[in-house]
Amino acid sequence: MQKFTFKVKDELGLHARPAGELVKEAVKCSSKVTIRKGDKTGDAKRIFNVMGLSVKSGEEVEITVEGENEEAEAAELKKFTENI
Amino acid sequence: MEKLTGKSILKGIAIGKILFYQKDEQAVKRVKTEDTKAEIERYVNARKEAVLQLNELYKKAVKEVGEMNAAVFEVHAMMVEDGDYVDSIVNIIETQQVNAEYAVAVTGDNFSKMFAEMDDDYFKARAADVKDISERIINILSGNKNSGNNLKEPVIIVADDLAPSETVQMDKEKLLAFVTEHGSSNSHTAILARTMNIPALTGISISKEWDGKIAVLDGYTGTLYIDAGKDTIDKFKKRQDEDIKSRELLQNLKGKEDITLDGRKIKLYANIGSVKDVANVLANDAAGIGLFRSEFLYLETNDYPDEESQFTAYKTVAENMAGKKVIVRTLDIGADKQADYFNLDHEDNPAMGYRAIRICLERTDIFKTQLRALLRASAFGNISIMFPMIISVNEVKRIKEIVKSVKAELSQEGIPYGDTELGIMIETPAAVMISDLLAQEVDFFSIGTNDLTQYTLAIDRQNMKLDNIYDSHHPAVLRMIQMTVENGHKHGCWVGICGELGADTELTEDFVRMGIDELSVSPSFVLPIRKIIRNIKME
Repeated sequence: MQKFTFKVKDELGLHARPAGELVKEAVKCSSKVTIRKGDKTGDAKRIFNVMGLSVKSGEEVEITVEGENEEAEAAELKKFTENI
Repeated sequence: MEKLTGKSILKGIAIGKILFYQKDEQAVKRVKTEDTKAEIERYVNARKEAVLQLNELYKKAVKEVGEMNAAVFEVHAMMVEDGDYVDSIVNIIETQQVNAEYAVAVTGDNFSKMFAEMDDDYFKARAADVKDISERIINILSGNKNSGNNLKEPVIIVADDLAPSETVQMDKEKLLAFVTEHGSSNSHTAILARTMNIPALTGISISKEWDGKIAVLDGYTGTLYIDAGKDTIDKFKKRQDEDIKSRELLQNLKGKEDITLDGRKIKLYANIGSVKDVANVLANDAAGIGLFRSEFLYLETNDYPDEESQFTAYKTVAENMAGKKVIVRTLDIGADKQADYFNLDHEDNPAMGYRAIRICLERTDIFKTQLRALLRASAFGNISIMFPMIISVNEVKRIKEIVKSVKAELSQEGIPYGDTELGIMIETPAAVMISDLLAQEVDFFSIGTNDLTQYTLAIDRQNMKLDNIYDSHHPAVLRMIQMTVENGHKHGCWVGICGELGADTELTEDFVRMGIDELSVSPSFVLPIRKIIRNIKME
């Protein structure tokens, strides 16, 4: 299992566009990808799960990647999240 | 004539006939069915069709409003195919043995409730997106075509609320403006309106009676005039013509270089007074910020702003300008700009008094805090630092010593900082006369023409009685500028103008001929000046 956290820099938080981009990236992974904010978790491959966390600017979220390719996929996702 | 005010989404004027837009919202009926399998298949087909439609809309939007704003339709397509959303619909059809329309409507309500209950305005507004996609699927299922979107003549649309898809589907040529009762300025529709450059108001109590009436929408004040009279129409027609002219300028000149016909490039930058002005700088396509007045940080607070709040402000501007030059002028307080907590004594002649760098070099704690914030922020963009009210080489040397010591401190603490050019304002006759010496100390000069004129002509800017002899084109001032440029260039300094004279279109050509490297003007002057520069022929 791979884990990393990132802080959302976008002024509007994890709003529709970046949330959509994150889902697009997550869907590419063969692993199970989970997103967590505080005590709420969601499937990062599902847009309503991601947007449902209502992540605001400056808040931290944790991504967990579980699967055969978890290391490579987590690294890809991490790279992607640096620009959110 | 009826006059109403609401919240303006885009500054602009629209004049035209009102079309009252009503959604053909059909009540979805709950119908029992035995054949849930067939119902699910019907739903799956409608879902596929919805995704196809959204992909088409996405393509149309990319062309009209750009990829970034079109992304909302991509997200809508994702919502349509979202696992939880799909599961919920299928589940309702199966367990309640009902028609697909009903299952979609119930699911849509539940999901939009989830957003509506959130504590953040942006996410709250997403409830409208869920409703929009659900309505799309229901319309496909019930064979409804969205017919209301074919506009026959140019109109101002008045509606309770508009979904992003409705906004984009409307023929842009015929959409003059829209007015909605609901819908926040955060809504995607509002964002699209801004990008499509369509004046829009929200928060207006609308009336069906308005349909077909002539209205004027003033996006500058958020006012809507229903049944506008001839005088009102004429007045706003004039404003509108001016708008169109400046917008054309914008369209034609955006993205173009600031270069004369014979290839001399001028750096055309903008002046700002706070962080929020950056949007205007970008909208007017300035190549950088030539004067960021840092006073606002001091004037908006009741005590000295700390390093962190200053750092955040500078960093935000640097990041938003994405590598373009940002020249920050250090504290220029005193004279006509006062902050109580500085406890400055009353002066009879404050323009020549204890102000700007004179305060900074004495109260070095304040100065160092600002420099630390600036240097730290320089790691996040292209920041240059500029010092005001210089009259001697010694002052510049002392400033450089302090900058050096602040850098050493930062290095010791392992805090990164970027390369920063150091420059000075040339706004005293003294600085002009020794500009050859000053040029050997710094990277650039920026001529502050307002103060330079008042000190050169010995005319108090605040004294209205002297307005008639205050000649901003006085040859003495122009010669001072010429001298500064020549001395600067001789010693490898680039030279700009950031005072009001820089935006004086009558002088732009003269400045370019003098050899000025940079002009920094209010954002709204960037494009008019660009137009002049691009028509200058030096030969």
